[in-house]
Amino acid sequence: MQVPRYWREQSERYKLVGSKCNNCGLRVFPRRSLCPDCRHESQGQMEEVRFEGTGELVTWTRVHEALSDRELETPYLMGIVELDEGPRVTAQIVDLDPEEVEIGMELESRFRKLGEASESGVVHYGYKFGPVVSD
Amino acid sequence: MVGIVSYGAWIPRYRITTEEISRVWGKEDNSVAKGLNVQEKSVPGPDEDTTTLSVEAARQALRRSDRGPDALGAIYIGSESHVYAVKPTATIVAEAIGASPRMTAADFEFACKAGTAAIQSSLGMVSSGMVDTALAIGADTSQGAPGDALEYAASAGAAAFQIGTDDDDIIAEIDHTVSYTTDTPDFWRREGEKYPSHAARFTGEPAYYRHTLNCSNQLLEEAGTEPEDYDYAVFHQPNGKFPVRAAKQLGFSDKQTETGLLAPVIGNTYSGAVLIGLSAILDVARPGSRIFVCGYGSGAGSDAFDLTVTEEMADYRRSSPTVRDLVDDRKEIDYATYAKFRGKIDEGEVTA
Repeated sequence: MQVPRYWREQSERYKLVGSKCNNCGLRVFPRRSLCPDCRHESQGQMEEVRFEGTGELVTWTRVHEALSDRELETPYLMGIVELDEGPRVTAQIVDLDPEEVEIGMELESRFRKLGEASESGVVHYGYKFGPVVSD
Repeated sequence: MVGIVSYGAWIPRYRITTEEISRVWGKEDNSVAKGLNVQEKSVPGPDEDTTTLSVEAARQALRRSDRGPDALGAIYIGSESHVYAVKPTATIVAEAIGASPRMTAADFEFACKAGTAAIQSSLGMVSSGMVDTALAIGADTSQGAPGDALEYAASAGAAAFQIGTDDDDIIAEIDHTVSYTTDTPDFWRREGEKYPSHAARFTGEPAYYRHTLNCSNQLLEEAGTEPEDYDYAVFHQPNGKFPVRAAKQLGFSDKQTETGLLAPVIGNTYSGAVLIGLSAILDVARPGSRIFVCGYGSGAGSDAFDLTVTEEMADYRRSSPTVRDLVDDRKEIDYATYAKFRGKIDEGEVTA
C-alpha cells in the first residue's frame, strides 16, 4: 500500500470512523459521502461518526493460504462483525482458537499491526477484533 | 495538587513458561528460571508491538476517565522497543485515541524507566499549566537473545497514566518524586542490533540495587516517611528476585509488595513493569492508601514516587479488565510458536 493511501484511510482503520445519514439515520462503515439508501436526498447530510468498536460475530472462516506478509499468522481467522451501531465490518479475529469461536459471541476492536510496506517501509496499523477480556 | 486522573494497562494473551525455555536450552533442572523467580512470561502475538500495546493501555485509561482525549495536551511514550528508529510511536497512539492534532507528543527512551520519566515530564507540564492533562505511557515488547538469561524474563506489556491537576478528579495524588541517575553501563543495545547486551552480574549491585536503594531512601527522606507508612510498594522487576531483595533491604514487607509484584507470572515488561505493578495496586487500593513506587532503568537511573489515593477513587470507574483479569486471561504456547511469533526464526525463502 502506498503511503498516501494508508494515511488517507487512517481514521477508518485506527478509530473505526464511519458515516451517519442524518436524513434516515443509517450508519455505514467505511465513510461514504452519500447514503446507500437515501442517495441524493442525503446530500450534505452525511456526518462522520466514530463507532465504539463493540459488536457481535456474524460469521467467520479460517484462512490457510495467506498472502505473503501473513505467513507468521497462518492459519488465521477472518470474520464479519456486526457493530452495536449497525454496520458490518470484515476483519481478522485475533486471540481466539477456532474451537473457542462461536457465532453471536461478543467481540471488541483491537488495535493491531496489519502489515508493513517492506522491512524498511511504513508499518500499517488498524482494527482487528478479539474477545472481551472480563473477570 | 497533581496526580493520576486515570490509568489503564494491557498485557498480551500469550504466555511461555520458563520451564519450556529451560527445556529447549538443555537446562533441565530449570535452575536459571528458579533463580530468577519467573514461572512464565507474556509474549506478544505476531501483530502486536509497542505501538499496539500502548494504544490498548491508553484506551483503557480513557474509557475510565471523565476527561476525554480532547483534554490531553501531551502524550509521552517511554519504551526501549519503539517500532521505528525514526518516527514517533506517540503520534500513532495520539491519532488512534483521537487526541490529535492540538497537542505535543514525543517518544522517551531510558531502558526500563522511560515510562516513569514520561510521568515526571507530564507532572512538569501539568503543574506549570502548559497543558490540561498529559498521558504518560510505559510500553515494551522486549527481546532477549535465544538462550541468553534475558530470554527467561523479557516480556511485553504496557500501562498508561493520565496525569492532571486538581482541576481534574485526581484518584491518586503524587506527593513527591525524586530521581537518582548515573552513567552505569549495565545493559545496552547499539543501533541496528536486534538483541541487547548486558554486563551479566554487573547488572545487580552497582546497577539495579545501587540506584533502587539510593533513590528509595532519597524519597523516604524527602517525604519524611518510613517504609511502614505505606500500604503498598512496587519496584522495578527485571525478574522476581531483585525487587523482593531490594524491598526487604529497605524494610518493606511481603504484604506491602505482593500486589504489585507481577514478574513471576508475566516476566519483565521493561518500561511497563513498575507501571503495570502500580496499576494492579490502584485496582484494589482504597481512599487514603499510601503507595511507594520506585522504577529502575539501565544506563542507569531510578525514579521514585510517593502517592496517596484520594476520596475520588470511590467514584472512579474501575471497569474491567483489571490487571489481574489480564494476567489470568492466558494462552500457553510452546517454544516453537514463541520463536515464530517473535521473529527468532530466520525465514529465508518462505514458500508456505
